[in-house]
Amino acid sequence: MSEQKNIRNFCIIAHIDHGKSTLADRLLEYTGALSKREMVEQVLDTMDLERERGITIKLQAVRLQYQAGDGQVYILNLIDTPGHVDFTYEVSRSLAACEGALLVVDAAQGIEAQTLANVYLALEHNLEIIPVINKIDLPNAEPERVRREIEKTIGLDADDAILASAKTGAGTAAVLEAIVQRVPPPRGDREAPLKALIFDSIFDSYRGAIPYFRVVEGRVRAGDRIRFMATGAEFEVAEVGVFTPAPRRVESLAAGEVGFLAASIKNVRDTRVGDTITGAERPAKEPLPGYRRVMPMVYCGLFPVDAEQFDDLRDALEKLQLNDASLRFEPETSVALGFGFRCGFLGLLHMEIVQERLEREYGLSLITTAPSVVYRVVRTDAGVEMVDNPTALPASTLIDHIEEPYVEATIMTPKEYVGAIMELCQGKRGNYLNMDYLSEKRVALQYDLPLAEIIYDFFDQLKTRTRGYASLDYELKGYRPAELVKMDILINNEVVDALSVITHRDQAPYRGRNLVENLRRLIPRQLFDIPLQAAIGSRIIARETIPALRKNVLAKCYGGDVSRKRKLLEKQKEGKKRMKQVGTVDIPQEAFMAVLKAGKS
Amino acid sequence: MAGFSLKRATWPERRIGPGEAEERRRGRGQDVRGRPLRQGRRIGREPRLSLRLNRRPIRKGQGASENKASLALYLHIPFCIRKCHYCDFVSYPGRSPEQMAAYCRALGKEIALAAEIWQPGPAATVYIGGGTPTLLPASDLEHLLAAADSCCGRQPGAEVTVEANPGTIEAGQLQALASAGVNRLSLGVQAFDDDLLQAMGRIHRCPAIYQAYDLARRAGFSNINLDLIFGLPGQTLDDWRATLKAALALQPEHIAAYGLQVEEGTPWGKLAAAAALPRPGEELELAMYQEARALLAAAGYRQYEISNFARRGCECRHNLTYWLNRPYLGLGAAAASYWQGRRWQNHSDLERYGNALARNQLPRAEIETLTLYQEMAETMFMGLRLLAGIDLEAFRQRFAVDARDIYARELQKLCQAGLVEIKDGCLRLTEKGLPLANEVFVAFV
Repeated sequence: MSEQKNIRNFCIIAHIDHGKSTLADRLLEYTGALSKREMVEQVLDTMDLERERGITIKLQAVRLQYQAGDGQVYILNLIDTPGHVDFTYEVSRSLAACEGALLVVDAAQGIEAQTLANVYLALEHNLEIIPVINKIDLPNAEPERVRREIEKTIGLDADDAILASAKTGAGTAAVLEAIVQRVPPPRGDREAPLKALIFDSIFDSYRGAIPYFRVVEGRVRAGDRIRFMATGAEFEVAEVGVFTPAPRRVESLAAGEVGFLAASIKNVRDTRVGDTITGAERPAKEPLPGYRRVMPMVYCGLFPVDAEQFDDLRDALEKLQLNDASLRFEPETSVALGFGFRCGFLGLLHMEIVQERLEREYGLSLITTAPSVVYRVVRTDAGVEMVDNPTALPASTLIDHIEEPYVEATIMTPKEYVGAIMELCQGKRGNYLNMDYLSEKRVALQYDLPLAEIIYDFFDQLKTRTRGYASLDYELKGYRPAELVKMDILINNEVVDALSVITHRDQAPYRGRNLVENLRRLIPRQLFDIPLQAAIGSRIIARETIPALRKNVLAKCYGGDVSRKRKLLEKQKEGKKRMKQVGTVDIPQEAFMAVLKAGKS
Repeated sequence: MAGFSLKRATWPERRIGPGEAEERRRGRGQDVRGRPLRQGRRIGREPRLSLRLNRRPIRKGQGASENKASLALYLHIPFCIRKCHYCDFVSYPGRSPEQMAAYCRALGKEIALAAEIWQPGPAATVYIGGGTPTLLPASDLEHLLAAADSCCGRQPGAEVTVEANPGTIEAGQLQALASAGVNRLSLGVQAFDDDLLQAMGRIHRCPAIYQAYDLARRAGFSNINLDLIFGLPGQTLDDWRATLKAALALQPEHIAAYGLQVEEGTPWGKLAAAAALPRPGEELELAMYQEARALLAAAGYRQYEISNFARRGCECRHNLTYWLNRPYLGLGAAAASYWQGRRWQNHSDLERYGNALARNQLPRAEIETLTLYQEMAETMFMGLRLLAGIDLEAFRQRFAVDARDIYARELQKLCQAGLVEIKDGCLRLTEKGLPLANEVFVAFV
């Protein structure tokens, strides 16, 4: 247990690739938490997915021990934050456990839209913000310009921003000193009844569910009886500890400290993220505020390729939901795909990540249908329905009008791309709101945009048109009526419900063409011609045909080829198994996402 | 040639490793205690099979006695002058005569070792393939054949084939081969078209084909195959027709017409991966295939396999062994064997191949014991390559189940799609199924 005045809890806010993980590694190395030899690059990103994509999804907490310039030893708890717009919810979780934040900005690129959003969140939480201008070793670094950008956009005094290079290690000591001097120590009565906020939890097959928490008041030690305030479940604490980053047992944790506990908790449901842990003997009267529930913005269907994996899929979704409260799901039945789940996500990245985790960590083979936003359907009888699935849209005769969600989007970009971005936003049914010069070179643009357009191919187009230099953040603004129609896709003259989409009437022909073209590329040829059509009601708006396969034969098959040939055939068969048979047509998994891919046209 | 003596008595005091002692017993059809070996087999994971098959794991067709009646022996010569742009066979261009001679010594040793271990009985067919076997001096090929004869024996009327590149043939060599008992010559003609031959990276041109063919006939070869390839980059239907007509004009006994397979790792494979290989496309390839079938049939060549055509009685008996999924021994670097329910392949690397033999060990790289299910699958997809199809009664004799039961669902689908038919007790590809054979084969694996 450490004295409160010698504790600092902080997180790092940064845009993807601006060097957050590298800086964190540097801090660990400098404070001796890890020797150089032990360093695995980017220690904090432990999931394979995180390392591969260079992003942080799950929270991690690490305790550092640092002897400051004043000669005293401080405990610095670094709580990692995800940087992507989809994970605002996770960010607010980590912010609630801190008193300060390092704002890391790339000295060459400047502040980005998502960083800005997270800084605002941190300010809402009253966090002390320490700007760090990183990558000053780059030849095109412009620390002065970035300093002005920070002042202009956030209104922070950036005079004492730290110039650093996580790559070379420059500025690391200054960062640590600034944390000690500028981040306030945690407060909280250590003698009050225990109140600890769970910000994450994991499951260990030997020790059960393990919550990660920040003690806000009181203290907890091994042998204590604790209670989870949401469920009322009680356990005896077997062990409390901290991450250094290796888990290390400590005697107790008191207000201001961050750590974990193990208490033979069999069910992860008991360690719900956002819940408050209190003492069973002397419970707190009120739980901590916890986290605001976030509403999923994007829905899609998840179906097992093999119908027998349905139960496994449900189990896996339940497990993921335990520390990802933003994930929603309910059973869905599709004529084409059978039994599955309609799942709600914070955004597209969130959706992709959940899908990949289900496949990798739970060994499931899945079909994902095209993502959809939640539409507000006003019926002719004035009733209102929220529709997150195109197949659930009422008959057109029953619909008075449909409203779709709009967002206010902020796009930050070097000024030479302004024209291209405006063109893109106009094409996506956007309304121009505002433009602001961040510096002589960079601009922030604001647009009202339908969310559906953003999840279609906005990101890709934005990246292409600005060569990756623009960044985007958005915030839900409410619903507006629009001319929306349901577009069906017919494969071999049968409507495939899982491919239906809701789209703006004016864009339907373009999207229809695009979709059937993609399907033609993705569906392998079969023994007969396969007509592909896009239709609104009974009107066909686009058509393609996959010609029948005419020749598939290996000319040679000598003695030596037999094993190889058999393996080739087995592989071919495996590929067929991964396809979904709809009617008489085998359709590969990717085809159900074809609606998302912009065509080559 | 020193050390290249192949009498079995050459290796009297050879030490036998523990693994090989086991192989020897198996070769004699005995178990560890010298009792007759039960040909039991791991059964595939297909549940329907385990129910049907666990009653009768002993099968005909794989016993030592039957091997003795019909050994098919393949010898691989992994040398050539230059690799063709499409070739993915194991073959090493530009090796010195000394290296090739050393390889032949090793191969001679493998023949003796294999014969001792497997005791396969006299060969019904011998096939020397490559690479370019005719790159070797006739004396080396003679020695190899003599080794096979002295170690295994040769049945009267055995088919003995040597593959030859028209660019490497000499009169004396052909005469020597004929006297050594080679009675079938397979010429890698590929095309009667100098531009295409050059584009393929072949070392020969049209005049060499005519010269080689003439020399072969003069040397007394009365069973000659011409290998042809269609679907070449830049090849038109007219080009292909011209090649077929030129081939027919020579009146060979056998013609193999292969559709080009572009394999990964070959020069053409790399071009294709970069989308830089102008391939004729599926429709044209199909037209070429049908053109070959029509022209060859009209000229009296019966198609008996997807890519093979022969005058009656001149079908390649050695290759039939493969298609009927019967056992064979393949010796030499990279050669594959199918023997007593197992498949294996020798080391491709010449050094590893030679080193294993220097230690008196079989130079095997990978051994796979087939499950019964795999063996049935192979019997199906190899057998369906034959136009006559699979003799369902023979299948039942071999596996003690009827293919119509075990593959009931698959066969129903394939029959409905018009890809296969059952006629006169045989299951075979239909006219429609022939160019779509892979779609059929995949049903059985």
